[in-house]
Amino acid sequence: MRSPTPAPYSPSGAAERPSLLYEVRKVLKYESELNPEFGREVARKAHGENLFACIQCGTCSGTCPVSHYMDYAPRRIIAMVREGFEDEVLTSSTIWLCASCYQCTVDCPKQIKLTDIMYALKQIAIAKHLYPKKFAVPIMAEEFYRGVAKNGRNNEGMMMVNIARKTSLLNLFKYSRLGMKLFTTGRVALRQEGIEHKEQLRTLLRGVERAEEEAR
Amino acid sequence: MKYLYYPGCSLKSTGKPYEESLKAVFSALEVPLEELKDWNCCGATAYMAVNEVKSFALSARNLALAEKQGEPAENGMVQLVAPCSACYAGMLKAQRYLAENEEIRKRVERGLSDASLSYAGKVQVRHPLDVMVNDIGLEKIKGAVKSPLGSKVACYYGCQIVRPYATFDDQASPFALDTLMEAIGAAPLDWAMKTRCCGGTFVATIREVGLRLNYLILKEAQRKGADLVATTCPLCQFGLECFQHEVNSAFRGDIRMPVAYFTQMVGLSFGIPEKELGLQRLFVPYKKASIGG
Repeated sequence: MRSPTPAPYSPSGAAERPSLLYEVRKVLKYESELNPEFGREVARKAHGENLFACIQCGTCSGTCPVSHYMDYAPRRIIAMVREGFEDEVLTSSTIWLCASCYQCTVDCPKQIKLTDIMYALKQIAIAKHLYPKKFAVPIMAEEFYRGVAKNGRNNEGMMMVNIARKTSLLNLFKYSRLGMKLFTTGRVALRQEGIEHKEQLRTLLRGVERAEEEAR
Repeated sequence: MKYLYYPGCSLKSTGKPYEESLKAVFSALEVPLEELKDWNCCGATAYMAVNEVKSFALSARNLALAEKQGEPAENGMVQLVAPCSACYAGMLKAQRYLAENEEIRKRVERGLSDASLSYAGKVQVRHPLDVMVNDIGLEKIKGAVKSPLGSKVACYYGCQIVRPYATFDDQASPFALDTLMEAIGAAPLDWAMKTRCCGGTFVATIREVGLRLNYLILKEAQRKGADLVATTCPLCQFGLECFQHEVNSAFRGDIRMPVAYFTQMVGLSFGIPEKELGLQRLFVPYKKASIGG
């Protein structure tokens, strides 16, 4: 007798778990293919964060509200970073799924600031353009970054439109109902808000940039 | 004591009802709130993903401006109120790194001096919830209540208001909002989602994940029999309320849960007119009359 086909995984009556950004890849690597410097680079970027103190207990993965969407949960990311799995880490969905809620940072028994490590990984991936085309999280980060550097403030409405423009115009349609509702309730700023002393802000950011270059 | 007010970008657009109700409540309590002049964006989480030191520099400019504009309180620190959790956490984080990391401090100070600004570390960043519970005090608030609310409220703190740099309340199980809600006559529910992350901007970027995180929070509030969810953060409010229609269609849900700013609820209990609290701007109406009290 054939057993009935099991129902698809369906948490709380929700739709089947979507395959999100990447397929989970399982690769075997030789030690010579790894980048032994990667762990130290990330640690430096995360302000000397001691990821080598990690005892691999898995508290971070257990406590993370989005770990089940990640291709590698946070505990594995830490292990992979320090072993030098550079490509896998930088192209993983994990770093973009971290919403920086700091739950892992608060709970880590070794006081490792995992959120800062995720930020460091995002910075490296964005600098190297290592993210899928039209993927909204880094696109939003860059849109936001540019807008604030230029105007000093962020216009939420304009940012949403720009993200849709750069990812999928279908999103504009998806959010049109929401946009109308925000408009009718007076919850959207129509003109680009800016600060008065934009030049002062630009000078400040340039100064930081120069200090960074000199330190290199 | 006078407080400086740092609105941040959200309170000027999607979070407008937060600003309106915050101002109305502080004015009813006769606590002066003065907006920081020429403030810039805090950088939020997005800026940190591109360049962290620059995001600290953004905060440093606001702190420098606050130090110049404000009058120090009794403890010698200018009190800067940041109602948005992302701004609040961002500024606290910047302060921490500026104090503890010499390399970062040097870079940011270089930028500040180029821009003819200076920051001596004399600003204390405060969340309005902290100010209301710990400075103004529950006794004074109780005294101002004209019509106790009587609704069952799920207090939702969100993630960034309590972790990891916050200066008040418990990181895992905060209670400041619960005590405030009790003070205005509402009944806070015991529930497990108080500080569970809502995903923030994920509703706009990784939609499936964002909607799901919001669904979990809303569903739990519904299961516990909440009349409404009280929030302290414009990002949480935006996801939980404005995307409720999308959440329902994605998860075949039947949730219709008002999500109000805690300041709106305090204002209602003070008898402040609904329009002055921005209640007409909510997608899912919350009216005191409709839920008794």
